[in-house]
Amino acid sequence: MTTFTPIAATIGGALIGLAAVLLMWLNGRIAGISGILQGAAFSRGAERSWRLAFVAGLVLGGALYLLVTDGTLLTREGVSPWLIVTAGLLVGVGTRLGSGCTSGHGVCGISRLSPRSLVATLSFMATGFAMTAMLRHVLSVSV
Amino acid sequence: MNALRTTLAGLLAGTVFGLGLAISQMTNPEKVLNFLDLIGTWDPSLIFTMGGAVVVTFVGYRLLTGGTPLFASAQQLPGNRSIDTRLVTGASLFGMGWGMAGYCPGPAVTGLASGSLEPVLFLGAVYVGFVMAGARPAPRPEAATEA
Repeated sequence: MTTFTPIAATIGGALIGLAAVLLMWLNGRIAGISGILQGAAFSRGAERSWRLAFVAGLVLGGALYLLVTDGTLLTREGVSPWLIVTAGLLVGVGTRLGSGCTSGHGVCGISRLSPRSLVATLSFMATGFAMTAMLRHVLSVSV
Repeated sequence: MNALRTTLAGLLAGTVFGLGLAISQMTNPEKVLNFLDLIGTWDPSLIFTMGGAVVVTFVGYRLLTGGTPLFASAQQLPGNRSIDTRLVTGASLFGMGWGMAGYCPGPAVTGLASGSLEPVLFLGAVYVGFVMAGARPAPRPEAATEA
């Protein structure tokens, strides 16, 4: 069980938006994490360094949260590593083929009113709902 | 010194992004799966996170439209506007993985700060997925000039 936390969710969301605006204002780039992860590993020079720094910042943000609050990031245990690895493979292949994830399409693309990002977002929402329903309610996997 | 400035800007934006993910608790895969579990223990919080992010980004992007970035010569916006099989297939596969483990790429990276094994396993597999879908290291600049 998790509880409905609309205020924390909205504040966190606004910060995600602020980060996307900062990156556009300063570097002129879209804050798409799957693309940034690829560039952090596969591009070179200055193209690589700002992306590596962004990825380091993502971890730093989580660490600061743990340092300053008494909250947690994730506490789940006991889920099959095979399920985690399969999910990771699907996310890696899928975000590369589909050129984006929740941040690039769901936040930045929707904010640019991009029809392409709207289609992508509706697609991954639909299969996300279906997959969770199937795992939890048809196959009775505890995730 | 533009490389230093764009790098520091990347660090700043990433840190704010990571704080937002942590505060909204989107780093918690159970919270994400409970959002996706419409017919079970539904937790609509993620709608508010997406809503807050989209409102701020929409307004900010409007204000920046047509402007020049502080540390770059121009905004680099996606030029591909085609809605094709590749896009829908990719996004659908991504959603399947997202709905399976409750991680999308950003929260998994921020979740590394927890010290848990799950985000490490997940991100390792994400990179294998990138390569399976054709990602390769960029050629070295000197190799490009020799060719």
